[in-house]
Amino acid sequence: MREQKRLSLDWALLTGLLLLSVVSLFVLYSAGDQNSDLLFRQSIRITLAFIVMFAVARITPEQLLRWTPYLYAIGLIMLLIVLAAGVIGKGAQRWIDLGFVRFQPAEMMKLAVPMMVAWVMVKKPLPASLPTVILGTIVVIIPTALVIKQPDLGTAILIAGSGLVVIFFAGMSWRIIAILSALLAAAAPLGWYLIHDYQRQRILTLFDPWSDPLGAGYHTIQSAIAVGSGGLYGKGWLNGSQSQLDFIPERSTDFIFAVFSEEFGFIGSLLLLLAYLFVFGRSLYIAIEAKDSFTRLLCGSLAVTFAIYVFVNIGMVTGILPIVGVPLPLISYGGTSMVSMMAGFGILMSAYSNRWFMH
Amino acid sequence: MPDFEIKDVFRETRVFTSRSIVIGIFMLILVGILLVRLFYLQLIEYDRYSTLSKNNRISVVPKPPVRGLIFDRNGVPLARNVPSYTLEVIPDQVSNMEELLHELGKLVTLTEYDLKLFHRDVERHASFDATVLRSQLTDEEAARFAVNRYRFQGVELHARLERNYPNRESAAHVVGYVGHISPNDLEKIDKSQYRGINFLGKTGIESYYEEILRGTSGFDQVETNAHGRVVRTISSTPSIPGKNIYLTIDSKLQLIAEQALEDYRGAVVAIKPSTGEILAFASTPSYDPNAFVNGISTADYAELRDSPDTPLLNRALRGRYAPGSTIKPFMGLIGLKANRSVDKKTFCPGYYTLKKGGRRFRCWKHSGHGAVDLHDAVVQSCDVYFYDLAHSLGIDMMHDSLSLFGFGSKTGIDLSGESAALMPSRQWKRGSRDEPWYPGETVIAGIGQGYVLATPLQLASATSALANKGRRLKPHLLLAEEDTLSTEKVSKAPELLNSGIWDAENLEIIQQAMVDVTDSPRGTARRVGAGSPYKIAAKTGTAQVIGIKQNERYIESEVAPRHRDHALFIAYAPAENPEIAVAVIAENGGHGGSTAGPVAKKVMDYFLLGKQPEQEKEPS
Repeated sequence: MREQKRLSLDWALLTGLLLLSVVSLFVLYSAGDQNSDLLFRQSIRITLAFIVMFAVARITPEQLLRWTPYLYAIGLIMLLIVLAAGVIGKGAQRWIDLGFVRFQPAEMMKLAVPMMVAWVMVKKPLPASLPTVILGTIVVIIPTALVIKQPDLGTAILIAGSGLVVIFFAGMSWRIIAILSALLAAAAPLGWYLIHDYQRQRILTLFDPWSDPLGAGYHTIQSAIAVGSGGLYGKGWLNGSQSQLDFIPERSTDFIFAVFSEEFGFIGSLLLLLAYLFVFGRSLYIAIEAKDSFTRLLCGSLAVTFAIYVFVNIGMVTGILPIVGVPLPLISYGGTSMVSMMAGFGILMSAYSNRWFMH
Repeated sequence: MPDFEIKDVFRETRVFTSRSIVIGIFMLILVGILLVRLFYLQLIEYDRYSTLSKNNRISVVPKPPVRGLIFDRNGVPLARNVPSYTLEVIPDQVSNMEELLHELGKLVTLTEYDLKLFHRDVERHASFDATVLRSQLTDEEAARFAVNRYRFQGVELHARLERNYPNRESAAHVVGYVGHISPNDLEKIDKSQYRGINFLGKTGIESYYEEILRGTSGFDQVETNAHGRVVRTISSTPSIPGKNIYLTIDSKLQLIAEQALEDYRGAVVAIKPSTGEILAFASTPSYDPNAFVNGISTADYAELRDSPDTPLLNRALRGRYAPGSTIKPFMGLIGLKANRSVDKKTFCPGYYTLKKGGRRFRCWKHSGHGAVDLHDAVVQSCDVYFYDLAHSLGIDMMHDSLSLFGFGSKTGIDLSGESAALMPSRQWKRGSRDEPWYPGETVIAGIGQGYVLATPLQLASATSALANKGRRLKPHLLLAEEDTLSTEKVSKAPELLNSGIWDAENLEIIQQAMVDVTDSPRGTARRVGAGSPYKIAAKTGTAQVIGIKQNERYIESEVAPRHRDHALFIAYAPAENPEIAVAVIAENGGHGGSTAGPVAKKVMDYFLLGKQPEQEKEPS
């Protein structure tokens, strides 16, 4: 098994990823005021991300399993460093600057947490028992709390989600799920007091963006206008007036879907959603085919996290979810998130190479 | 490697697969939610968001520049900007326009014309744009409105800069005026240069130097909401004021020239020969340019336009007059250049014929001048001498030589609409009338009659060339432009049109003859020269307005006022070292020496001696 060096890529998944990357370049060109420099940098990032994916794809599930506790530990330490730097620097800190590259430890945790939870889950036979579930939950809660402290609520929720999904896949009983859900619902009002003012504002804004159309509601309204005015067929590439006239904030990054939807309309949005659904479905399929439970849980979590990203981002842009800093996977402009995302797909590729019926 | 307990692989796979199905369904539901939301936004609510998107714009609110001022050569303002109160209405904010206008009418005067313009503008502009209802409110009106302001939602009182011409009629033709940008103008101008600017120069210097005077609009980039209202300013670019212009005109001299013409229709052009600077550029009657700034009423405009006195016509620039005898010094110079002896005498019996018994071309002196040489012919303005000279030169030679003084072509002065007037030639007549040239036409051209036409500007320019030893400079009105911010002044350099054509000795001969016009007992303008402390080189001229039949005599008292001869006068002084050259035309003024001459004298007296003309009003 150790000698398993052969790498057989999943062409279907690769095609889906490449397709989304190409879409990314087109939308970015429009969103970035036809700035070819931006396009060039994004191309570099996409290339880098794919290289990372191929590199990770060469790592066997066994190696991954072995490295998991260390990766998780390193992630936790880095989160603490960032937090400490934030205290010293008197401001929110999310970055670690290594001189040649800056990256967010929280991004790393998006992979490390589900890995660690899966590692915990497969210690005992599945479905997971209550003590395992509790242990897994602790593994999730620690980094989540640290990220909330940054404060980066959006990423924290996603990290928590990616970990909890592993527990769900591990067969956590429906009864526990029901109880936890009830507890969560009960804790919601408490959470309301724990979160920051601006976070509360974002949630309130969701329900009535027009109460403050030029302040808190601005993003929500402008992106809804962009999406809505796209209509069935869209205004055409480079012709989105909302996008081109600078009405949409963060239009190259978190709000890039507004640009896409304004210019390509409902039809374009539907096709994009189908492309995402395809990547998700394929990933889930690879997870099911995986040769061991660790890989299966991890891959399942990665697939779901990916889908959740898409849902949260588009939900935010279309005004059904509060505004959280979640990029649209593979399309938004940005480095770290794309690299961690593609590292995840690297794990999926590796799982595909080592799928169980190959033995 | 961690030590795993024995696991039921199939059970674990089954758990995972079933959970995957649950998750898959869950994800499909989420995608469904997104699709429903997109469907709602993009299809059901499409119209609403599409409208919002169209109204949603970053607007650019222009900031008009301050227009450059116009000064005379001594810094006396000829065009300035004065604050003026305007009443503006934002139709969007008015619930009942009729009632509002009715109530406002009780506080400030609103004429039918004001209301008409207002209603027209309201239709032209967006309903959230402020539209001018009344401009030039009196202080009292402004105060009355200010007190009652609370009653008028959507009405604003603004203080704006408005163009004003303090000298009113004086130099109106030179300075010109600004007016509202008309639909016609819109087709000609570069609209991007007129952001926020409602006015442009329509005539005169205001129009010619529009680009310099206008300045550059600045703008605020503002965010507008769905109703087009400004929400916040994103960036601001200040406007750059237009440059100030200093004219070569001396406004006092200008006024003296205008007043000297009294009630005559006519023109006075005074030029500094050494530079071509126009010192005075008068055209009477004139008009008040201030009337045009805020849009002149149709009736008032019609009155100006249809007046038989044509006050809107810039006579100095566009008036085409037969130069009459004022062309004689130039003719004499051409004769000398063509090697005609200065001593050659022509016998004047009071008329000239081309062949025995042919048509008689009369001399103004019916008894004749006897034998005259060039000097006497100029001094006494003998027509017969010049009939003969013209006949011997021929029209084409006259055309080519007189053109060197600028006759028949535009001088290139910095005003638009200049007339080239006419210096005829065989070719011209063939081309424009398809007729041959008759020798008799050459004869009368020799005394500046017939087809020959000149503008007062051309005459003054040609005279200044004589004064400047044959060096002809381009006449110009711009003395300097001044950057408003740095107050850096850039002067306009004189432009030489031609020189070295005329022999100095010949010029001297002509000058002496012209001096004797005012300075000898037989000179036609001896009364102009009488008692003058400086020597004046001059020539009188009288141009026929109606043709006199062969057997008739022209008797001034028997001719209708508008058929009387035009009086012309050209002069420069001091003759030895000319500082000013003047051309005067008084329409229907009769004889040049008695009507136009004194006008030129007053202008020269003021310019050379600083002498104010006596205020006594001569009967006209």
